[in-house]
Amino acid sequence: MADKSRRAFMGNVLAGVAGVGAVASLYAMKKTWDPLPSVVSAGFTTVDMTQLEAGKLEVIKWRGKPVFLLKHSADVKKDPARDVVIGNESYTVVIGLCTHLGCIPSWQNDKQIFHCACHGGTYDVHAKNTFGPPPRPLDIPPFAIKGTSLTLGEEGPEYKKMAQA
Amino acid sequence: MAKLEKANSVGEWLDQRLATTKLTKVMMTEYWIPKDINFLWAMGVVLMVTFKLLIISGIFLLMYYKPDVNMAFDSVNFTIMQDVAYGWLFRHIHGVAASVVFLVMYIHMFTGIYYGSYKRGREMIWISGMLLFVLFSAEAFSGYMLPWGQMSYWAAYVITNIFGGIPFIGDELVVWIRGNFYVSDATLTRFFMLHVFLVPLAIIGAIALHFYALRIPHVNNQKGEEIDFEEEANKYKAGNKKRSKVIPFWPVFLSKDIFVLSAFLIFFFYLVFYHYNFAMDPVNFDPADGLKTPAHIYPEWYFLWSYEVLRGFFFDIAGIKAADLGLIAFGIAQVVFMLMPWLDRSPTVAPANQRPYFRVWFWLMLVVLIVLTVYGKLPPTGTNAWIGFYASIAFLLLFVALPFLTAKEAKVGGK
Amino acid sequence: MKELKILGVITFFTLVTYWGVEPLAHSIFHPHVAPADFKFKDLPAVKGNGDVAKGQELVAQNCTACHSIEKAGHPQLMDDATLAMSYGVTPPDLSLAGLIYDENFLANFIKNPTEATKLTHKFDDAGRAFPMPGYAWMSDDEILSIVAYLKSIAPKTASNKEVFESACSRCHDMKYAKITASTPDADIKKYMGSIPPDLSMMIRSRGDHYLETFINDPQKQLHGTAMPRVGLSKDGQAQVIGYLEEVGDSKKQEREDLGPWVLGFLAIMTFFAFLWKREIWNEVK
Repeated sequence: MADKSRRAFMGNVLAGVAGVGAVASLYAMKKTWDPLPSVVSAGFTTVDMTQLEAGKLEVIKWRGKPVFLLKHSADVKKDPARDVVIGNESYTVVIGLCTHLGCIPSWQNDKQIFHCACHGGTYDVHAKNTFGPPPRPLDIPPFAIKGTSLTLGEEGPEYKKMAQA
Repeated sequence: MAKLEKANSVGEWLDQRLATTKLTKVMMTEYWIPKDINFLWAMGVVLMVTFKLLIISGIFLLMYYKPDVNMAFDSVNFTIMQDVAYGWLFRHIHGVAASVVFLVMYIHMFTGIYYGSYKRGREMIWISGMLLFVLFSAEAFSGYMLPWGQMSYWAAYVITNIFGGIPFIGDELVVWIRGNFYVSDATLTRFFMLHVFLVPLAIIGAIALHFYALRIPHVNNQKGEEIDFEEEANKYKAGNKKRSKVIPFWPVFLSKDIFVLSAFLIFFFYLVFYHYNFAMDPVNFDPADGLKTPAHIYPEWYFLWSYEVLRGFFFDIAGIKAADLGLIAFGIAQVVFMLMPWLDRSPTVAPANQRPYFRVWFWLMLVVLIVLTVYGKLPPTGTNAWIGFYASIAFLLLFVALPFLTAKEAKVGGK
Repeated sequence: MKELKILGVITFFTLVTYWGVEPLAHSIFHPHVAPADFKFKDLPAVKGNGDVAKGQELVAQNCTACHSIEKAGHPQLMDDATLAMSYGVTPPDLSLAGLIYDENFLANFIKNPTEATKLTHKFDDAGRAFPMPGYAWMSDDEILSIVAYLKSIAPKTASNKEVFESACSRCHDMKYAKITASTPDADIKKYMGSIPPDLSMMIRSRGDHYLETFINDPQKQLHGTAMPRVGLSKDGQAQVIGYLEEVGDSKKQEREDLGPWVLGFLAIMTFFAFLWKREIWNEVK
């Protein structure tokens, strides 16, 4: 009797030890899938905003994603919660990936909308979603204003305020 | 160990060591299949051979393919397609087979549904089969990424993005799967590993399970009749071949399979040589460009019904966001077929044409899936969006209705 | 026979699905456009008399400052990069121009390049000057003389590759043929707005049906594009498409030749498989 329960106990201890080994192995395997350090280290891109033309969409690359820079013409209503203001000018600065399934919308200046060809989603000039499957406005990337330049990747005070809203 | 005597032939020598005679009987000459079958019963072997074509053509592609974002496209479209002797043939075979295997899988699956071959002891055959469908889907998805064309890139982008919809861990999960913030070289190489090694290994394991699961419940027959296999086998072995309700796997069942297979190969190779655009989409002959979304993105045809369910919900309902509704419906669609044995509340194993309610359900399901497939390809604008929405709802409702329909059918008497 | 009926049902549903997913969907993605117009009917007919000798004089005075004409003893004066920097794009060599471009198109082009190439939206309307000045100030006789001269010096035939290089490679790369665009990338991007795609696999990504109408008038399929209508004649365009096929689908002939052998073999095998099956099943049926 005592032998049986001791044997069972030893068996359980061994199973436990093997289990710990398995968990440790899975942890290591999970880490191997992680992005490499060179990828994770923050990518920073600086843009000179004075070169932009009102109403003309400029697309730059940041961390492999397209970022839309759109200078507002005078008749565009202000949206303090989403506008990036540099001096007297307002800009829409967003990641150019539709929040539905990640396609790149196109800017239609005559209709003042971003239109996504994949499933018909549309966004207004502030990149707020107005029609179709997109669940939220285009995402605003972390940015910092330095004079008339914008540094993407850095979280400036204006970005932190917007992110909290 | 048996007492070894001098073997009189190679066959006897092997038999003494590997029991080859017994093995041949168990796996082939005395593995009993019902006689009352039609050519649809050959689809299993057709799938086996198509899978073998994929492996063999894959082996030759593997010799020249380079899993690197800068080299992948050219290694396929220049080296393999235009430089390597018969490289174009292996690539065409691989691409067409990857598409045709799903056509045959759907035929095979719907044969099982039609004849009720998923219940009354055959549940594990059905589940291992649906597992194979999921594994083949993963294999197709990872394989499609490898040529690194526009469709490869954007399909990868859209589908990896879906995981972002999972609450709390979604965004991090997407980066973890991709190995980068965006679909990149890290993504390509790990999906190469999946496509060439891990998933094929899992598929081979699942095939072994699927074949094993067939043995005890036995293959079904056209009438769904419960056969006493031992009795019928004895009749056959006694020489009463015409009266027996069963046939041996080899040579009788396989002789029909081989004929169906040969006819199938004519159709298959016709596509390989002359009609392959449906399987090798022209858009994928544009090199991947992360900053240029193609005007029309769509998955391969066999994923379209699933894709349409995902994007069929384009407005919020009862406070749930459209994107989330689509994701939930899509998740359900992936697993719901697995549940057939339990959703069908009638114990009757019979062809659908003898089950009045199930028969309606069957043909409706087929039509709904075809509608979803076609609309999954078309631009989701205007009336297309509405048809897609209603078809997605119909698909889900059909599964909700199935238990009630079949329970009623069982009460009324089934046949 | 029951099995034929089953085969019929499966074939029917497969074909319906195929029709919806392929022909129907693609007709919606690529709506039907008017067939290629090799007469370039939107351009007025330039009438008059062309004189080859006069044309030679005019070309030497007006054209060879920018354009090389290798076949008539006017080699390229500067390297590609310098030319591109000066003009925005490397001016094409004119040796084959008389052979591959439509005569009336050429006349209209020399008079008003942006109208003939259908690029007014990119230049005139946008207030930018086209790199080549127009020669509408010349008389129609003078214009036709230039065209007559170009036709006289052009070879009677050219290989597909030569036509392609003449018409396309100042903007387009084709790396599988080891052809690099004569205009450097940075200049092309400035001139056109984006870098024109590499043409190596264009025959398979677009297909000759699409290319037939596209090359003849890019605006038809891609409204607002920066690609000029280059004015290839029917034969010239056929040669360009022929070259695209040579480079992008070089195994086409081998593929179409091997097909009947494989299918024939399988037909024979199916026949014997049927006979064997019948032998075996006769014992059990």
